Amino acid sequence: MTTVARYWRETPRRYNLGGCRCPTCRTVFFPPRSVCPACVTHRRSFGKMEPFQLSGDGEVFSYSIVHDAAEGFEMQVPYVLALVKTPEGPTLTGQVVDVAPDQIRIGLRVHATFRKLREEGRAGVIHYGYKFAPVSEPLAGTGTAESASPAQAPGERGRVRA
Amino acid sequence: MDAGIVSYGAYVPRYRITPTEIGKVWGVDGAGMGIGLNVHRKSVPGPDEDTITISTEALRVALVRGAIDPQTIGALYVGSESHPYAVKPTATVVAQAVGATPYLTAADFEFACKAGTAAIQTCLGLVGAHMIQYGVAIGSDTSQGAPGDALEYSASAGGAAFVIGREHIIARVNHTVSYTTDTPDFWRREGQRYPSHGGRFTGEPAFFRHVTECAAHMFETAGTSPKEYQHVVFHQPNGKFPQRVGKQLGFTDAQMKYGLVTPYIGNTYSGAALIGLANVLDVAKPGERILVVGYGSGAGSDAFDLVTTDEIATYDRRFGVPVQEYLDHGVEIPYAVYAKFRGKIHMGGS
Amino acid sequence: MREVAILGVGMTRFGELWDSSFREIGIQAGLSALVDSKLSSQDLNALYLGNMASGTLLEQEHIAPLLMDYAGLAGHHLPAIRIEAGGASGAVALHQGYLAVASGKYDFVVVGGAEKMTDVPDVAANRILGGTADQEWESVFGATLPGLWALMARRHMHDFGTTREQLASVPVQAHEMASKNPNAHYRNKITLEQVLHAGPVAEPLGVFDCAPLSDGAAAVVLGPAERARKFTDIPVRIAASEMATDTLALQHRSSITRLDATVVAAKRAFAHAGKSPKDVQVAEIHDAYSISALLALEDLGFETKGHAGAAFADGTYGIGGRTTVNPSGGLKAQGQPFGAVGVAQVVELVRQLRGLSEARQVAGATLALSHDVGGTGATSVVHLLERMN
Repeated sequence: MTTVARYWRETPRRYNLGGCRCPTCRTVFFPPRSVCPACVTHRRSFGKMEPFQLSGDGEVFSYSIVHDAAEGFEMQVPYVLALVKTPEGPTLTGQVVDVAPDQIRIGLRVHATFRKLREEGRAGVIHYGYKFAPVSEPLAGTGTAESASPAQAPGERGRVRA
Repeated sequence: MDAGIVSYGAYVPRYRITPTEIGKVWGVDGAGMGIGLNVHRKSVPGPDEDTITISTEALRVALVRGAIDPQTIGALYVGSESHPYAVKPTATVVAQAVGATPYLTAADFEFACKAGTAAIQTCLGLVGAHMIQYGVAIGSDTSQGAPGDALEYSASAGGAAFVIGREHIIARVNHTVSYTTDTPDFWRREGQRYPSHGGRFTGEPAFFRHVTECAAHMFETAGTSPKEYQHVVFHQPNGKFPQRVGKQLGFTDAQMKYGLVTPYIGNTYSGAALIGLANVLDVAKPGERILVVGYGSGAGSDAFDLVTTDEIATYDRRFGVPVQEYLDHGVEIPYAVYAKFRGKIHMGGS
Repeated sequence: MREVAILGVGMTRFGELWDSSFREIGIQAGLSALVDSKLSSQDLNALYLGNMASGTLLEQEHIAPLLMDYAGLAGHHLPAIRIEAGGASGAVALHQGYLAVASGKYDFVVVGGAEKMTDVPDVAANRILGGTADQEWESVFGATLPGLWALMARRHMHDFGTTREQLASVPVQAHEMASKNPNAHYRNKITLEQVLHAGPVAEPLGVFDCAPLSDGAAAVVLGPAERARKFTDIPVRIAASEMATDTLALQHRSSITRLDATVVAAKRAFAHAGKSPKDVQVAEIHDAYSISALLALEDLGFETKGHAGAAFADGTYGIGGRTTVNPSGGLKAQGQPFGAVGVAQVVELVRQLRGLSEARQVAGATLALSHDVGGTGATSVVHLLERMN
C-alpha cells in the first residue's frame, strides 16, 4: 500500500502529458527531467529545463497484447501495451484502447485519451491517466469480446486542431 | 440574456448491448422490451471508463473545437448520478485533466438526470453576471439498472460538455425556466448499488407532468409556441416518453428528429438531453430556434429556449466525433462481457 | 590489479523448493562452494550477496549478515554486502567480489546469489518483478516485464524478419539442455509445436517463451590467481568482469532491438581479455524470454544484428555447434531465481571448463562467457572465464 502522494504528484504529467525541453539543445523529454542527457552542456541545463506540453499525437512503434495482466489490470485483459512515438520526440509507454487485437499494428496513428489506470481496491483512490486510441481508423471488433459483432465503433477521432 | 453556448463536445463509450441480448439472460422477450421502450441498443462503458473519463473526453473536444484556453474557465460543474467517488469531486479531476486548474471554482451536481442542465443554468448565471469569462457544464453518467430490472434495458453511459460564455456564442440562450416539486419517482439511497423506482409512477405524475408544465411555462415566458422551434430536445429515459410528450405538446417528428438519441445509445441519464442537444448543434444552421426540456427524478425540469447564431456557420466541428457516429456505430458485446465491464460479477477477495 | 581466480563453486537445485527457506538455500550454496574450494572459513575476508527483492518477497532486509550468521560465521565479524541490480544482482555481486580481490583489499571472498520466489503468490511476484522496470512510467500503465520484452520481440520481428518459429527454437533447446541437468527446474523436453501453441503471456510471447519463477541459490569462492592451485585442482581465471548500465525505462532507449548495456559490457570484456566471440566455446546468456537470447547473441557480438533468429534455429548454438549456449538449460529451463542467476551461470561455466559437466559437457572448452541482464536491460554484466593450465 502506497500513499496517495506518490501518484498525486505525477498527475500533471499523467493527466496532461506535461513534459520538458532543454533550453540549449531544444530536445523534448517526457516525463520531465531535471537535467538534459542529450546536451553536451547538460550540467548547465540543471534546474533550467523548461516545461513543454506534448500534443498527445503519436504512432505505435511497437506493441504487445498482454494476456497475463499486471496486478490491478485483470479486468482489462487482453489489453494492448505499446510504445508510442510522439512527433515531439519522446516515446511513451501506454495502453492502446478502442482497438481490436487484429487491427493494432506498428505505425498505427494514435492520440492520447483519458482513462482509469487502476484502482486501489474498492475503497481506495482511483488513478487516472493517459492511454492512446486510434486516429482515423475504422474500429471494428473488440479487444475483450470474442463474440463481438463486426459492427463499427465510432471511427474518425478526427484530429484537426482549429 | 447576454450568454450562450460557445462550444460543446459529446462522448459515448464504444461498446453496445441490445435488449434482445439482455432479455435472453432473464428469460424475457428482450426484443419486445426494446420495441416497447424504443431502445434498440444501449452504450456500455469499457472497464477503464467512468463519469470522470467520459466528462474529460467530452470537454477536451469542446475546448479544441472552440479554441478555448482552459485557463480562462472560471467555473466547472459536472452533473451526474454516477460520480466515481461518494466523497471527492469529479469536477476537480476533470479540471486538472483539461488544464483548467487552479483558478476556477468547481463542484459536482446531482439531480438524477437533470444535473447537467442545472449546471448549465448555474454557468449562465455566473457568465451573465460577468463573474467569469467561461463556465463549463457537463452532464455525464455511467448509470446502472439492477440486473433484470426494466432499467437494465436502457441505462447506459455517455456525456456532453458545454462551454458557456458571452463572446463567439454559437447558440444564444434566450430564456431558461424550471419546474420543481418533491416527487419521489426514482432514487438511490447512500451505499446502495442500484437505484429504485416507483414503476409506473415515474410516468404521468413525474416525467410527463414536469416536462409539460415546464414547457408550458417556457412558452409563456418566451411568448412562443411549438411551431416556432426548428428542434426540440427532451429528456429521454427511453425512446418512447419523449416522443409521447412531444406529441402531447404539439411537436412533429421532424422537430424531434435530431434531439432523440436514446433509441440508439440508451439513456445516458445526465448526458441524455445534452447529447441530444449536441446532435442538434451538429447539424444546426444559423437562426434556428431550439427548445430543450430536461427532466430529473425527484423531481424537476429545466427548459432552455436557444437560437443559433451566425457563429455556428464557421464553428469548427472537425475535432472529435459527431454524435451521429455514436448513434450509428459501436461494438456489440454479449451479456457476460457487459456483466464483467459493469462490475456485476462477484469477484471474491476484498 | 591482480588476476582473480574462481576456487570453488556450489549451488542448490533450482525450482519450487517448498521445504527450504531463504536462509537454508543461501547457506547450502555458500558452504558447498567453500567445501569445493578446500578453503577454510578462517581464510574468508568478505561476502558479496546478489539478491533482487528479499524485502518485498520475504519482508526481510539486511540479509547479508543474516546468511553469514546462519553459515556459522557471525563470530568472524566479516564484511557482508548485499547487491541489488534486478535480475542481474548475482552477476553484479560477482563483479564487486572480483574488484575486491583484484584490488588487493581482500584475498578470499564468497560471492553468492539467492532468491526465494515462491513465498509470495505469483501475482505478487510479478508485481515485484515489475519493480525492475520503471514503476512510475511503465508499470503504472499496465506494462509487465514480459510485456516490455514482447515490445522488443515485436519490433525485432518487424525490423529484421525474425519469425515466431525462430523465437520458439530458443526454449526448445533450453529444455533439451536442462534434461541433462539434475539441478534444473524443468527437465522435460518440449517441441516447437508445444511452444507455438502454448497460451499467450504477452504476444508474441507465450508461456514457453518465458523463464519460470524459481527458488535457488548459487555461490563461488574467489581468490588471487597466483595462489589458486593451493585451493583447487583446476582453477578458472576471471579473464574479464565488466558491467554497463542504460536507461531504466525501455521507452528512453535509442533502440529497443539492441541492449546498449550488453554491447558496451561485451566490448569492454573482449577488449580487456584480448579475445573475441569466436574464441568462446561455451556461454551462459540471459534468456529470461526467448527474445532475450536472440538479442544477447547479437549484442555480445556472436551474430550481426538481425541474424540471431535464423542462426539459433539452425542449431548453431547447440551442443557441437560453433559456440554452445546455455548448456545448463539457461534461465528458461534450469530456472530463474533472480539474484542467483548471474552466479549460477558462472557455476555452470566453471564446471564446463573443469570438464566435469558429464552428459552436457562441451568438449575442450577453455574460454567461457557469462551474460546477465537486469530488468529490460538497464544493467548488463559480461564475464569471461578461462581455464588456467
